[in-house]
Amino acid sequence: MPLDQSFLGRSYPPTAPYQVGREKIREFATAVGAEDPLHHDADAAKAAGYPDVVAPPTFPIVITMAALKGIVLDPALGIDYSRVVHGDQRFSYVRPVVAGDELVVVNHIEEIMTRAGNDFLTTRQEVRTTTGELVVTVWHKTVVRGDAA
Amino acid sequence: MTFQAGEVLPEQVFQVTRADLVRYAGASGDFNPIHWSERTALSVGLPGVIAHGMFTMALAGQAVAKWAGTGDTVVDFGVRFIRPVPVPDTDEGTSLSFTGVVKSADDDFALVEITAMCGTERVLAQARAKVKQRISH
Repeated sequence: MPLDQSFLGRSYPPTAPYQVGREKIREFATAVGAEDPLHHDADAAKAAGYPDVVAPPTFPIVITMAALKGIVLDPALGIDYSRVVHGDQRFSYVRPVVAGDELVVVNHIEEIMTRAGNDFLTTRQEVRTTTGELVVTVWHKTVVRGDAA
Repeated sequence: MTFQAGEVLPEQVFQVTRADLVRYAGASGDFNPIHWSERTALSVGLPGVIAHGMFTMALAGQAVAKWAGTGDTVVDFGVRFIRPVPVPDTDEGTSLSFTGVVKSADDDFALVEITAMCGTERVLAQARAKVKQRISH
């Protein structure tokens, strides 16, 4: 089933703030084998000029994937979640996420297209502090495999 | 280190087991059962449990961190997931290997193109990281 093109260009209100915790960063860093003390040791991070431990590059996915769920699962858009695969992912950082950040996500639907029987949904997500500072912009391409695929 | 244009970056290999996927699921909040349930993975036509694409991307990020010598240099990072990474239920699991080439570099930034392999298959395309040249700290 093709996706509802009327969603193209849609923007959503900011998500509820996510409090980035020091232990969450450590947990994520451990899970991805990130051993740099910047991710674990607040003193090392401070010595490098950060207010607290620094998140590894893909950490924002913790926040942005949850923020995407409401869109992807919206029955009006028409995504069959059992056929979803992750196509592309990109992060463009103003600065790394650090413990103590309080972050909100604004979702935008940037592209909806069909190619070779598959549907593609590209979202752009701006991750900002609650005071409005842009921290990272995240693009996520969702592929919905067609019947033949 | 400071990256030089044309430089070939040494292979980084990561072993990936089912336990790693479970740990990543918990840390990331991505509990899609195709990453831990053989039954679910097979029922949707996969060869078995597969790694989270974002776990592969995270390991690619760690390869970049190792090449750079620090974990805070990436300013832009994108990948395309082109093949699943099956992770067998064995002590060894599977392994992912990453190599890199510095496509361009100036005093401030370098662009690293990453090749990600699982066995003989490329699993990422258009995998690129723009990194800050080494800052002194």
